[in-house]
Amino acid sequence: MSAVIDTEAAHGSIGSDVPAGRSRRGAAPAGRRPKERFIPRAGAMLVMGVFTLYFLVPIWWLVVASTKDRADFLGTNPLWFADFAFFDNVAALFAYRDGVYLRWLLNSVLYAGFGALVATLLAAMCGYALAKYRFPGREAIFNVVLGGVLVPATALALPLFLLFSRVQLTDTFWSVFLPSVVSPFGVYLTRVFAEASVPDELLEASRLDGAGEVRTFFTVSIRLMFPALVTVFLFQFVAIWNNFFLPLIMLRSEELFPVTFGLYAWNSSINQFPELRSFVLVGALLSIIPLIVTFLLLQRYWRTGLGTGALK
Amino acid sequence: MTAPVTTPAAARDAARGTGAPPAPHRRRRIQHPGAIVAFVAPFGLLFLLFYLVPIGYAIYQSLLVVEREGTYGAATEVFGGLTQYALVFQNEAFWTSVGRMLVFGVVQVPIMLGLALLFALLLDSPLLRGKKFFRLAFFVPYAVPGVIAAIMWGFLFSPNLSPFQELTKQVDFLSADLVLWSIANVVTWVFVGYNMLIIYSSLLAIPAEIYEAAVLDGAGQGRIAWSIKIPLVRPALILTAIFSIIGTLQLLAEPQVFRSFSSAVTSTYTPNMTIYATSSIPNVNLAAAFSVVLALATFVLSFTFLRITRKKAEA
Repeated sequence: MSAVIDTEAAHGSIGSDVPAGRSRRGAAPAGRRPKERFIPRAGAMLVMGVFTLYFLVPIWWLVVASTKDRADFLGTNPLWFADFAFFDNVAALFAYRDGVYLRWLLNSVLYAGFGALVATLLAAMCGYALAKYRFPGREAIFNVVLGGVLVPATALALPLFLLFSRVQLTDTFWSVFLPSVVSPFGVYLTRVFAEASVPDELLEASRLDGAGEVRTFFTVSIRLMFPALVTVFLFQFVAIWNNFFLPLIMLRSEELFPVTFGLYAWNSSINQFPELRSFVLVGALLSIIPLIVTFLLLQRYWRTGLGTGALK
Repeated sequence: MTAPVTTPAAARDAARGTGAPPAPHRRRRIQHPGAIVAFVAPFGLLFLLFYLVPIGYAIYQSLLVVEREGTYGAATEVFGGLTQYALVFQNEAFWTSVGRMLVFGVVQVPIMLGLALLFALLLDSPLLRGKKFFRLAFFVPYAVPGVIAAIMWGFLFSPNLSPFQELTKQVDFLSADLVLWSIANVVTWVFVGYNMLIIYSSLLAIPAEIYEAAVLDGAGQGRIAWSIKIPLVRPALILTAIFSIIGTLQLLAEPQVFRSFSSAVTSTYTPNMTIYATSSIPNVNLAAAFSVVLALATFVLSFTFLRITRKKAEA
């Protein structure tokens, strides 16, 4: 993935460009930071304020809509609360068809949570080995995996379906779970990270203490790689949680659906069954709350990870 | 989906194969062979099974044709050479959907990245207060899965249920003319904050001394952004652009959801929808050929983009 261009060329041009700006705003008083003018500041706040509305109003609408019964949903201001029926809606959603929605949530947690955990572990072991051991074929393996990063996940969905139907494993939990535990990007990131943050001296010391290689990995190295592991976990978690093509093509049985796919299925039949509308909206809200909370809790690591990749 | 950011130096080294030191001539014993196998084999095996084999199998399937004895006879798959690929190139629906996604990408990707860049620059400037709030608020939509985002916006665009009925009753956002741009809005809404964070991360990495001369010269924030910051975050911009191009060609969930809001979204609206529709006919061999062509088209487009931007950087 040589998507990134050297910045040397850009560096070179700076010196010649900047002095040209001298006359435009007048010289700043020497010795202290220039105070920004009022108009640029107000303009910046205005732009950010307007777009805050753009980003948050849809979610606000969803929150409000999920607190209303059907009559209020149609008859009252869509952006403000009416009679508070949120818990009735949730109870109805959980009771609908023997709680199939809860089943979907559980499925998503298994596919995405457990899947991302396994994917992170496998990727970390492989990336670590590629970083810390010398063996023939090491670069070849790494280059093939790097090529895998560029293969769009949707390009694999159809052939995976064809393969799984050969062994009669379509429409099973494994047909969605197993392809999700492979993260070439994870191998790439953990290798880069292990090279930078797991010192060889530490491994040698651990060996002198008599610890085996595998034990050293699980007790010492994995801790040093932790920020990268959180990043890999998050990316893979999001990728699996959002995956649409794989469940679409693999699954027929409702009880195996992940929650996003179940909501899609309900939403597609709203025209025949209008009572589903409230379930879709409440279900959508409940399904994104854990994601938003996870994101906010882990965002420190998330940014570190983005940094690891983007900054070098 | 969006694979994230890479480390250019490592990627470059890997691509050239310069990451490893030149192999010594004398045979050296590999140390810890057992551990290496234990670490590499689990991922390696699954990567083989669920990445490499499917790619090979798609190519293999795309080279087969189905032959029947009579109209109702048993179907057998026989080698058909490039027959399916000839059908791919004659398939109008497929190329219409590819063309539609190109139009989509040419408009949506610059808007999305332009906004992401603007927000990242504002976050990085001294002009704003409450940066942490804005960063979070803009990033929250990325936590909303494409399916859910599309369902939400489907309601927001609908003439009867939208909170903005004054607007949606006048302008039919779900009509054949506009629905593509309504879908573009959903994608933009989800991904601006994500791209903003990538660009912002690379802005944070610029050492502050670089600005000092400019500030002493009296350059304003706009000037600093245009002449210093944007050239320095070019790599991040190119990277986000490539991921956006790949994402555009792979679009599936959002338009598939919009089918229940708008009859203008056909079953072959995007290339991936065409692949799905073809495979459920079922015509798996043609669908496999579509998959191969789409993956190749994605590669070609990303690399062409990379070439063009790299040439410009060198010029």
